[in-house]
Amino acid sequence: MNEAATSAAAPANAMIDMFHVEKWYGDFQALTDINLSVRKGEKIVLCGPSGSGKSTLIRCINHLEGYQKGEIRVGGTRLGDDARTIDAVRREVGMVFQHFNLFPHMTVLQNCMLAPMRSLGVGKAQAEATARELLQRVRIAEQAEKYPAQLSGGQQQRVAIARALCMKPKVMLFDEPTSALDPEMVKEVLDTMIALAEEGMTMICVTHEMGFARQVADRVIFMAGGAIVEEAPPEAFFSAPRHERTRKFLGEILQKH
Amino acid sequence: MGEAEFLFLLTGLKWTVLLSLVGFIGGGVFGLAVALLRTSGIAPLERGTASYIALFQGTPLLMQLFVVYYGLALIGLKLDAWVAVAIGFTLHASAYLGEIWRGSIEAVPKGQTEAAKALSLHYLSRMKDVILPQAIRISLPATVGFLVQLIKGTSLAAIVGFTELTRAGNIISNQTFKPLLVFGIVGILYFLICWPLSLYGAHLERRMATASR
Repeated sequence: MNEAATSAAAPANAMIDMFHVEKWYGDFQALTDINLSVRKGEKIVLCGPSGSGKSTLIRCINHLEGYQKGEIRVGGTRLGDDARTIDAVRREVGMVFQHFNLFPHMTVLQNCMLAPMRSLGVGKAQAEATARELLQRVRIAEQAEKYPAQLSGGQQQRVAIARALCMKPKVMLFDEPTSALDPEMVKEVLDTMIALAEEGMTMICVTHEMGFARQVADRVIFMAGGAIVEEAPPEAFFSAPRHERTRKFLGEILQKH
Repeated sequence: MGEAEFLFLLTGLKWTVLLSLVGFIGGGVFGLAVALLRTSGIAPLERGTASYIALFQGTPLLMQLFVVYYGLALIGLKLDAWVAVAIGFTLHASAYLGEIWRGSIEAVPKGQTEAAKALSLHYLSRMKDVILPQAIRISLPATVGFLVQLIKGTSLAAIVGFTELTRAGNIISNQTFKPLLVFGIVGILYFLICWPLSLYGAHLERRMATASR
């Protein structure tokens, strides 16, 4: 292993470290020299125009996408191409998707119990207790016996959050969690995410919800063309963006709201 | 046509049912393996199973049975008729069921696999708990349709000496000179095993559709 070569300057309390990560789809470069360090408990909001690589970036963190160059470390584990490190990382990292991706043939409760039982080896009773507790926390406990299709979009997304939390992850990745929702359901999901942030979860959120970014983010990162263009605390990011592309993007995004 | 002749037909029916069961079970087990290899993402395995499917979908079942029984005997591998037919039907059914299930596995939205991976579910659990239950539901109409075809296809086993239902009908018809009556009864017997299967398939489809609602 050539670990020492690239991973020199990782801060001690770093949860996620990306060093010079590059990714191509054939000839198209999807990510260019991504360097990102996320401390424990930090909340990052990733934004940028569509196709800017923000989803690709977070999908690399739990290896839903591979990358060709650079290095990613999650909680000290260097993410390689082997099943062992991928598995180790995925157990620490929860993910919430734009389209929820709940398992339609299982009840809400079964959705939440499956992964802890299968991949952590938790007993059935314990898995159920955890699932019910977390469903309670996302305020949807009374729907536990229903199937996903019987719930509204906002409810489904809250179940998806609870399902990810049942694995007791150290990091949560959110990939446009409110983009597929009707406007009136956005708030219930954001409120759930805000509550999670207040409990100290380390979070990386790809979202265009700038109100959420202002309220919760420690840093806002703007991406374009597969690269990180600008990175700043929310006040500075929104009041004094340094780059022209950021200003243009913010102009377009804020106009809509 | 007397009682003895009718009993003879029923003996034929017994063989038809047994041959179908062999095809179902062998085809089910190996067909699942084919479907899993075909979607494994490992290029040589995918190509290998794709060729296998192409070969067995592209040639008549009659020829396949012929090759397994007489062809293997020519190269010195003398198989019992039962074994030959079991192998023949299993190979045939595995190719078709493998292809049907490959399609259904691929029809399950990609997000399901991604969610399962993100939850660190390993391959076995991803397939058994997440993908296959959904794929089976998608594949049900085509699977039942193929099984019904297979039941009727067992008549081809007559060429290697099986007196299954169709051949039994043929024999009785030649003895009694009442082909219309005999084959009418044969047809009814086929219908009586195929139709309930179709009904059961439709019932399963409805039940699964309600469960996912």
